Amino acid sequence: MIKVRTGTDSQILSVGGYQPARVVPNSEIVDRIDSTDEWIQQRTGIESRRFAAPDESVIDMATKACQQALDRAHLTMADIDTVIVATITYPFQAPSAATALVARLGNPQAAAFDINAACAGFCYGLGMASDFVRSGTSKHVLVVGVEKLSDFTDPDDRATAFIFADGAGAVIVGPSDHPGIGPTVWGSDADSRDAIVMNPSWNEFRNDAQGVKWPNISQQGQAVFRWAVFSMSKAGVRALEAAGVTPDQLDAFIPHQANVRIIETMAKEMKIPEKVIIAQDIRTSGNTSAASVPLAMSALLAEHPELHGGLALLIGYGAGLVYAGQVVQLPPKP
Amino acid sequence: MALTQEAVLAGIKEIVEEVAGIPAASIEMNKNFTDDLDVDSLSMVEVVVAAEERFGVKIPDDQVSELATVGDAVNFIVKASA
Repeated sequence: MIKVRTGTDSQILSVGGYQPARVVPNSEIVDRIDSTDEWIQQRTGIESRRFAAPDESVIDMATKACQQALDRAHLTMADIDTVIVATITYPFQAPSAATALVARLGNPQAAAFDINAACAGFCYGLGMASDFVRSGTSKHVLVVGVEKLSDFTDPDDRATAFIFADGAGAVIVGPSDHPGIGPTVWGSDADSRDAIVMNPSWNEFRNDAQGVKWPNISQQGQAVFRWAVFSMSKAGVRALEAAGVTPDQLDAFIPHQANVRIIETMAKEMKIPEKVIIAQDIRTSGNTSAASVPLAMSALLAEHPELHGGLALLIGYGAGLVYAGQVVQLPPKP
Repeated sequence: MALTQEAVLAGIKEIVEEVAGIPAASIEMNKNFTDDLDVDSLSMVEVVVAAEERFGVKIPDDQVSELATVGDAVNFIVKASA
Protein backbone atom coordinates (compact mmCIF):
# COMPACT_ATOMS: atom_id res chain seq x y z
CA MET A 1 0.00 0.00 0.00
CA ILE A 2 1.16 3.49 -0.81
CA LYS A 3 0.84 5.97 2.04
CA VAL A 4 -0.84 9.28 1.20
CA ARG A 5 -0.96 12.62 2.91
CA THR A 6 -4.03 14.55 3.87
CA GLY A 7 -4.14 18.28 4.40
CA THR A 8 -6.38 20.85 5.96
CA ASP A 9 -8.81 23.46 4.76
CA SER A 10 -7.11 26.41 3.09
CA GLN A 11 -7.32 30.19 3.18
CA ILE A 12 -5.57 33.30 1.93
CA LEU A 13 -3.44 34.42 4.88
CA SER A 14 -2.23 37.69 3.37
CA VAL A 15 -1.83 39.71 0.19
CA GLY A 16 0.96 42.00 -0.95
CA GLY A 17 1.30 44.32 -3.92
CA TYR A 18 4.03 46.28 -5.61
CA GLN A 19 3.75 48.94 -8.29
CA PRO A 20 6.71 50.62 -9.97
CA ALA A 21 7.27 54.26 -9.06
CA ARG A 22 6.74 55.77 -12.50
CA VAL A 23 3.17 56.94 -13.16
CA VAL A 24 2.40 57.11 -16.88
CA PRO A 25 -0.67 59.24 -17.65
CA ASN A 26 -2.61 58.82 -20.90
CA SER A 27 -1.06 62.07 -22.13
CA GLU A 28 2.27 60.24 -22.42
CA ILE A 29 0.75 57.49 -24.61
CA VAL A 30 -1.62 59.34 -26.95
CA ASP A 31 0.71 61.08 -29.40
CA ARG A 32 2.16 57.89 -30.89
CA ILE A 33 -1.30 56.36 -31.45
CA ASP A 34 -3.18 59.50 -32.53
CA SER A 35 -5.65 59.17 -29.65
CA THR A 36 -6.88 61.25 -26.71
CA ASP A 37 -7.10 60.92 -22.94
CA GLU A 38 -10.91 61.12 -23.23
CA TRP A 39 -11.08 58.33 -25.84
CA ILE A 40 -8.92 56.00 -23.71
CA GLN A 41 -10.90 56.70 -20.55
CA GLN A 42 -14.23 56.19 -22.31
CA ARG A 43 -13.18 52.84 -23.87
CA THR A 44 -11.22 51.41 -20.94
CA GLY A 45 -11.56 53.52 -17.79
CA ILE A 46 -7.75 53.83 -17.66
CA GLU A 47 -6.48 57.22 -16.44
CA SER A 48 -2.86 56.22 -15.81
CA ARG A 49 -0.69 53.16 -15.37
CA ARG A 50 2.73 52.29 -13.92
CA PHE A 51 5.77 51.33 -15.98
CA ALA A 52 8.81 49.72 -14.39
CA ALA A 53 12.23 51.33 -14.77
CA PRO A 54 14.36 49.88 -17.60
CA ASP A 55 16.57 48.06 -15.11
CA GLU A 56 13.67 46.96 -12.84
CA SER A 57 12.94 43.27 -13.49
CA VAL A 58 10.01 40.96 -13.02
CA ILE A 59 11.97 39.39 -10.15
CA ASP A 60 12.60 42.81 -8.52
CA MET A 61 8.87 43.57 -8.55
CA ALA A 62 7.80 40.09 -7.42
CA THR A 63 10.28 40.20 -4.52
CA LYS A 64 8.72 43.37 -3.14
CA ALA A 65 5.15 42.06 -3.40
CA CYS A 66 6.15 38.77 -1.74
CA GLN A 67 8.00 40.50 1.08
CA GLN A 68 4.89 42.54 1.87
CA ALA A 69 2.71 39.40 1.83
CA LEU A 70 5.17 37.61 4.14
CA ASP A 71 5.29 40.56 6.57
CA ARG A 72 1.52 40.83 6.66
CA ALA A 73 1.17 37.09 7.42
CA HIS A 74 3.92 37.32 10.08
CA LEU A 75 5.80 34.57 8.23
CA THR A 76 9.31 34.32 6.82
CA MET A 77 10.45 32.69 3.61
CA ALA A 78 11.56 29.68 5.67
CA ASP A 79 7.86 28.95 6.29
CA ILE A 80 7.09 28.80 2.55
CA ASP A 81 7.42 25.35 0.96
CA THR A 82 5.96 26.07 -2.48
CA VAL A 83 6.13 29.06 -4.84
CA ILE A 84 3.97 29.45 -7.96
CA VAL A 85 4.69 32.36 -10.29
CA ALA A 86 2.16 33.33 -12.95
CA THR A 87 3.72 35.47 -15.68
CA ILE A 88 4.03 35.82 -19.43
CA THR A 89 6.77 38.44 -19.39
CA TYR A 90 9.74 36.80 -17.65
CA PRO A 91 12.33 37.11 -20.40
CA PHE A 92 13.94 33.68 -19.94
CA GLN A 93 12.45 30.37 -21.08
CA ALA A 94 14.48 28.62 -18.37
CA PRO A 95 15.21 28.41 -15.55
CA SER A 96 11.91 29.71 -14.21
CA ALA A 97 11.05 33.04 -12.60
CA ALA A 98 9.95 31.06 -9.53
CA THR A 99 13.44 29.64 -8.95
CA ALA A 100 14.98 33.10 -9.34
CA LEU A 101 12.45 34.37 -6.82
CA VAL A 102 13.05 31.71 -4.16
CA ALA A 103 16.81 32.21 -4.51
CA ARG A 104 16.37 35.97 -4.05
CA LEU A 105 13.93 35.60 -1.15
CA GLY A 106 16.28 33.22 0.67
CA ASN A 107 14.67 29.79 0.51
CA PRO A 108 16.22 28.08 -2.50
CA GLN A 109 14.88 24.69 -1.37
CA ALA A 110 11.18 25.48 -1.85
CA ALA A 111 9.27 23.82 -4.70
CA ALA A 112 9.09 26.45 -7.42
CA PHE A 113 7.55 26.68 -10.87
CA ASP A 114 5.95 29.11 -13.32
CA ILE A 115 2.57 28.83 -15.01
CA ASN A 116 1.48 30.38 -18.28
CA ALA A 117 -2.21 31.15 -18.12
CA ALA A 118 -1.85 34.80 -19.10
CA CYS A 119 -4.32 37.09 -17.32
CA ALA A 120 -5.93 34.05 -15.67
CA GLY A 121 -2.58 32.91 -14.26
CA PHE A 122 -3.07 34.16 -10.73
CA CYS A 123 -6.46 32.47 -10.32
CA TYR A 124 -5.05 29.26 -11.84
CA GLY A 125 -2.22 29.39 -9.31
CA LEU A 126 -4.53 30.19 -6.41
CA GLY A 127 -6.69 27.17 -7.25
CA MET A 128 -3.64 24.91 -7.34
CA ALA A 129 -2.24 26.36 -4.11
CA SER A 130 -5.52 25.72 -2.31
CA ASP A 131 -5.59 22.14 -3.55
CA PHE A 132 -1.93 21.62 -2.54
CA VAL A 133 -2.78 22.67 1.04
CA ARG A 134 -5.97 20.63 1.09
CA SER A 135 -4.15 17.52 -0.14
CA GLY A 136 -1.22 17.92 2.25
CA THR A 137 1.32 18.45 -0.54
CA SER A 138 2.14 21.92 0.78
CA LYS A 139 1.60 23.90 3.96
CA HIS A 140 2.30 27.48 2.91
CA VAL A 141 2.19 28.42 -0.77
CA LEU A 142 3.26 31.77 -2.17
CA VAL A 143 1.24 32.57 -5.30
CA VAL A 144 2.63 35.45 -7.32
CA GLY A 145 1.30 37.27 -10.37
CA VAL A 146 3.89 39.54 -11.95
CA GLU A 147 4.27 41.24 -15.31
CA LYS A 148 6.49 43.73 -17.07
CA LEU A 149 4.18 44.17 -20.04
CA SER A 150 5.81 47.45 -21.05
CA ASP A 151 8.61 45.27 -22.50
CA PHE A 152 6.13 43.38 -24.72
CA THR A 153 3.74 46.13 -25.81
CA ASP A 154 4.07 47.99 -29.11
CA PRO A 155 3.81 51.72 -28.24
CA ASP A 156 2.54 52.36 -31.79
CA ASP A 157 -0.29 49.78 -31.67
CA ARG A 158 -3.53 51.79 -31.50
CA ALA A 159 -5.42 48.80 -30.04
CA THR A 160 -3.13 47.94 -27.13
CA ALA A 161 -0.56 50.66 -26.36
CA PHE A 162 -2.76 52.26 -23.68
CA ILE A 163 -3.91 49.02 -22.02
CA PHE A 164 -0.95 47.11 -20.60
CA ALA A 165 1.22 47.93 -17.59
CA ASP A 166 3.63 46.59 -14.99
CA GLY A 167 3.32 45.37 -11.41
CA ALA A 168 3.30 42.43 -9.01
CA GLY A 169 0.85 40.94 -6.51
CA ALA A 170 1.21 37.97 -4.19
CA VAL A 171 -0.83 35.99 -1.69
CA ILE A 172 0.13 33.35 0.84
CA VAL A 173 -2.20 30.37 0.95
CA GLY A 174 -2.02 28.32 4.14
CA PRO A 175 -3.90 26.06 6.53
CA SER A 176 -7.28 26.99 7.93
CA ASP A 177 -9.87 25.59 10.34
CA HIS A 178 -12.64 26.37 7.84
CA PRO A 179 -12.95 26.47 4.02
CA GLY A 180 -11.52 29.86 2.98
CA ILE A 181 -11.17 29.21 -0.74
CA GLY A 182 -14.05 27.81 -2.79
CA PRO A 183 -13.78 25.35 -5.67
CA THR A 184 -11.97 26.66 -8.74
CA VAL A 185 -14.08 26.86 -11.89
CA TRP A 186 -11.66 26.86 -14.80
CA GLY A 187 -11.33 25.99 -18.44
CA SER A 188 -10.37 27.28 -21.84
CA ASP A 189 -11.89 28.34 -25.14
CA ALA A 190 -8.92 27.28 -27.21
CA ASP A 191 -10.76 27.66 -30.52
CA SER A 192 -10.18 31.36 -29.90
CA ARG A 193 -6.40 31.15 -29.46
CA ASP A 194 -6.03 33.92 -32.05
CA ALA A 195 -8.05 36.46 -30.05
CA ILE A 196 -5.07 37.52 -27.90
CA VAL A 197 -1.56 36.67 -29.05
CA MET A 198 2.07 37.51 -28.42
CA ASN A 199 3.73 37.44 -31.84
CA PRO A 200 6.05 36.69 -33.56
CA SER A 201 7.61 33.53 -32.14
CA TRP A 202 11.21 33.70 -30.93
CA ASN A 203 12.20 31.54 -33.93
CA GLU A 204 10.64 33.96 -36.40
CA PHE A 205 12.33 36.84 -34.62
CA ARG A 206 15.71 35.11 -34.66
CA ASN A 207 15.45 34.13 -38.32
CA ASP A 208 14.49 37.57 -39.57
CA ALA A 209 15.74 40.06 -37.02
CA GLN A 210 15.72 42.81 -39.63
CA GLY A 211 12.15 42.52 -40.85
CA VAL A 212 10.30 41.17 -37.83
CA LYS A 213 9.41 43.22 -34.78
CA TRP A 214 10.05 42.19 -31.18
CA PRO A 215 7.31 39.89 -29.78
CA ASN A 216 4.40 41.92 -28.44
CA ILE A 217 0.78 41.49 -27.51
CA SER A 218 -2.10 42.16 -29.85
CA GLN A 219 -5.77 41.40 -29.48
CA GLN A 220 -9.11 41.44 -31.29
CA GLY A 221 -10.93 43.93 -29.08
CA GLN A 222 -14.55 43.20 -29.95
CA ALA A 223 -14.15 39.41 -29.84
CA VAL A 224 -12.37 39.60 -26.49
CA PHE A 225 -14.99 42.00 -25.10
CA ARG A 226 -17.82 39.67 -26.12
CA TRP A 227 -16.14 36.61 -24.63
CA ALA A 228 -15.06 38.41 -21.47
CA VAL A 229 -18.45 39.87 -20.70
CA PHE A 230 -20.83 37.18 -21.80
CA SER A 231 -18.87 33.94 -21.26
CA MET A 232 -16.99 35.07 -18.15
CA SER A 233 -20.12 36.27 -16.37
CA LYS A 234 -21.46 32.72 -16.80
CA ALA A 235 -18.18 31.31 -15.42
CA GLY A 236 -18.47 33.68 -12.46
CA VAL A 237 -21.98 32.44 -11.74
CA ARG A 238 -20.66 28.86 -11.85
CA ALA A 239 -17.91 29.73 -9.35
CA LEU A 240 -20.54 31.20 -7.01
CA GLU A 241 -22.73 28.11 -7.35
CA ALA A 242 -19.76 25.79 -6.76
CA ALA A 243 -19.04 27.62 -3.49
CA GLY A 244 -22.71 27.70 -2.46
CA VAL A 245 -22.61 31.50 -2.29
CA THR A 246 -25.24 33.86 -3.73
CA PRO A 247 -24.35 37.26 -5.25
CA ASP A 248 -25.96 39.09 -2.32
CA GLN A 249 -23.66 37.25 0.13
CA LEU A 250 -20.59 38.73 -1.55
CA ASP A 251 -18.74 41.68 -0.08
CA ALA A 252 -16.48 42.27 -3.06
CA PHE A 253 -16.07 41.36 -6.72
CA ILE A 254 -12.45 41.34 -7.91
CA PRO A 255 -12.29 40.40 -11.59
CA HIS A 256 -9.20 40.62 -13.78
CA GLN A 257 -8.63 44.32 -14.48
CA ALA A 258 -8.87 44.30 -18.27
CA ASN A 259 -11.26 47.17 -18.92
CA VAL A 260 -13.78 49.07 -16.77
CA ARG A 261 -16.45 48.53 -19.43
CA ILE A 262 -15.94 44.76 -19.21
CA ILE A 263 -16.03 44.89 -15.39
CA GLU A 264 -19.23 46.95 -15.28
CA THR A 265 -21.04 44.96 -17.96
CA MET A 266 -19.98 41.67 -16.37
CA ALA A 267 -21.34 42.81 -12.98
CA LYS A 268 -24.62 43.77 -14.65
CA GLU A 269 -24.88 40.40 -16.43
CA MET A 270 -24.16 38.54 -13.18
CA LYS A 271 -26.69 40.69 -11.28
CA ILE A 272 -24.13 41.63 -8.65
CA PRO A 273 -26.02 43.80 -6.11
CA GLU A 274 -25.00 47.44 -5.71
CA LYS A 275 -23.80 46.90 -2.14
CA VAL A 276 -20.98 44.66 -3.40
CA ILE A 277 -17.74 46.63 -3.78
CA ILE A 278 -16.29 46.15 -7.24
CA ALA A 279 -12.54 46.50 -7.78
CA GLN A 280 -11.66 49.12 -10.38
CA ASP A 281 -7.93 49.27 -9.82
CA ILE A 282 -7.46 49.40 -13.59
CA ARG A 283 -8.21 53.15 -13.53
CA THR A 284 -4.77 53.94 -12.12
CA SER A 285 -2.95 50.65 -12.71
CA GLY A 286 -3.85 49.63 -16.28
CA ASN A 287 -4.05 45.97 -17.22
CA THR A 288 -1.22 44.12 -15.46
CA SER A 289 -2.32 40.65 -16.66
CA ALA A 290 -1.41 37.99 -14.07
CA ALA A 291 -0.73 40.67 -11.43
CA SER A 292 -4.07 42.43 -11.73
CA VAL A 293 -6.24 40.35 -9.37
CA PRO A 294 -3.84 40.34 -6.36
CA LEU A 295 -2.91 44.00 -6.99
CA ALA A 296 -6.60 44.92 -7.09
CA MET A 297 -7.21 42.88 -3.92
CA SER A 298 -4.38 44.66 -2.11
CA ALA A 299 -5.60 48.10 -3.23
CA LEU A 300 -9.21 47.31 -2.32
CA LEU A 301 -8.28 46.21 1.21
CA ALA A 302 -6.19 49.37 1.69
CA GLU A 303 -9.15 51.50 0.62
CA HIS A 304 -11.83 49.44 2.41
CA PRO A 305 -10.26 47.83 5.53
CA GLU A 306 -13.74 46.58 6.50
CA LEU A 307 -13.44 44.03 3.68
CA HIS A 308 -10.79 42.00 5.53
CA GLY A 309 -12.31 38.56 6.14
CA GLY A 310 -15.20 39.26 3.74
CA LEU A 311 -16.28 37.13 0.81
CA ALA A 312 -15.03 37.98 -2.67
CA LEU A 313 -15.51 36.48 -6.11
CA LEU A 314 -12.26 36.40 -8.10
CA ILE A 315 -12.10 35.68 -11.82
CA GLY A 316 -9.18 35.82 -14.21
CA TYR A 317 -9.41 35.43 -17.99
CA GLY A 318 -7.08 36.02 -20.88
CA ALA A 319 -4.94 34.75 -23.75
CA GLY A 320 -5.62 31.14 -24.62
CA LEU A 321 -8.40 31.86 -24.19
CA VAL A 322 -8.32 30.61 -20.59
CA TYR A 323 -10.15 31.43 -17.40
CA ALA A 324 -10.35 30.52 -13.71
CA GLY A 325 -12.45 31.85 -10.86
CA GLN A 326 -13.23 31.10 -7.24
CA VAL A 327 -14.98 32.55 -4.20
CA VAL A 328 -12.52 33.39 -1.42
CA GLN A 329 -12.54 34.78 2.04
CA LEU A 330 -10.35 37.88 1.88
CA PRO A 331 -7.31 37.74 4.18
CA PRO A 332 -7.63 38.87 7.81
CA LYS A 333 -6.35 42.26 8.92
CA PRO A 334 -2.55 42.01 9.31
CA MET B 1 -40.33 32.06 -40.80
CA ALA B 2 -38.27 35.12 -41.63
CA LEU B 3 -38.67 38.16 -39.44
CA THR B 4 -39.97 41.33 -41.08
CA GLN B 5 -37.80 44.39 -41.49
CA GLU B 6 -40.30 46.43 -39.44
CA ALA B 7 -40.20 43.98 -36.51
CA VAL B 8 -36.41 43.85 -36.45
CA LEU B 9 -36.06 47.64 -36.71
CA ALA B 10 -38.44 48.08 -33.77
CA GLY B 11 -36.40 45.59 -31.74
CA ILE B 12 -33.07 47.20 -32.66
CA LYS B 13 -34.42 50.60 -31.62
CA GLU B 14 -35.29 49.25 -28.18
CA ILE B 15 -31.92 47.53 -27.80
CA VAL B 16 -29.88 50.59 -28.84
CA GLU B 17 -31.92 52.78 -26.49
CA GLU B 18 -31.31 50.32 -23.65
CA VAL B 19 -27.57 49.81 -24.30
CA ALA B 20 -26.47 53.27 -25.40
CA GLY B 21 -29.23 55.55 -24.10
CA ILE B 22 -30.10 56.82 -27.61
CA PRO B 23 -33.82 57.81 -27.90
CA ALA B 24 -35.57 55.25 -30.12
CA ALA B 25 -37.20 58.03 -32.13
CA SER B 26 -33.83 59.15 -33.49
CA ILE B 27 -32.85 55.67 -34.72
CA GLU B 28 -33.51 55.10 -38.42
CA MET B 29 -32.35 52.62 -41.07
CA ASN B 30 -29.82 55.01 -42.62
CA LYS B 31 -28.15 56.03 -39.34
CA ASN B 32 -24.52 55.05 -38.89
CA PHE B 33 -23.92 53.47 -35.47
CA THR B 34 -20.58 55.21 -34.90
CA ASP B 35 -20.96 58.55 -36.67
CA ASP B 36 -24.66 59.32 -36.14
CA LEU B 37 -25.60 57.44 -32.96
CA ASP B 38 -22.27 57.52 -31.08
CA VAL B 39 -22.42 53.77 -30.41
CA ASP B 40 -18.76 52.80 -29.93
CA SER B 41 -17.21 49.44 -30.80
CA LEU B 42 -17.76 47.93 -27.34
CA SER B 43 -21.38 49.11 -27.07
CA MET B 44 -21.85 47.62 -30.55
CA VAL B 45 -20.90 44.22 -29.12
CA GLU B 46 -23.57 44.63 -26.45
CA VAL B 47 -26.13 45.55 -29.13
CA VAL B 48 -25.15 42.50 -31.18
CA VAL B 49 -25.38 40.08 -28.25
CA ALA B 50 -28.78 41.49 -27.23
CA ALA B 51 -29.99 41.20 -30.85
CA GLU B 52 -28.78 37.59 -31.05
CA GLU B 53 -30.80 36.69 -27.96
CA ARG B 54 -33.87 38.59 -29.04
CA PHE B 55 -34.04 37.37 -32.63
CA GLY B 56 -32.48 33.91 -32.24
CA VAL B 57 -29.75 34.51 -34.82
CA LYS B 58 -25.93 34.27 -34.77
CA ILE B 59 -23.87 37.34 -35.63
CA PRO B 60 -20.21 36.19 -35.80
CA ASP B 61 -17.40 38.39 -34.43
CA ASP B 62 -15.97 38.98 -37.91
CA GLN B 63 -19.36 40.23 -39.08
CA VAL B 64 -19.83 42.84 -36.35
CA SER B 65 -17.51 45.42 -37.93
CA GLU B 66 -19.42 45.09 -41.23
CA LEU B 67 -22.62 46.39 -39.63
CA ALA B 68 -22.03 50.11 -40.17
CA THR B 69 -25.64 51.32 -40.25
CA VAL B 70 -28.85 50.34 -38.49
CA GLY B 71 -30.08 49.11 -41.89
CA ASP B 72 -27.02 46.82 -42.23
CA ALA B 73 -27.87 45.22 -38.89
CA VAL B 74 -31.60 44.94 -39.63
CA ASN B 75 -31.00 43.39 -43.07
CA PHE B 76 -28.39 40.96 -41.71
CA ILE B 77 -30.80 39.77 -39.01
CA VAL B 78 -33.74 39.46 -41.42
CA LYS B 79 -31.58 37.40 -43.80
CA ALA B 80 -30.14 35.26 -41.00
CA SER B 81 -33.63 34.45 -39.73
CA ALA B 82 -34.86 33.28 -43.14
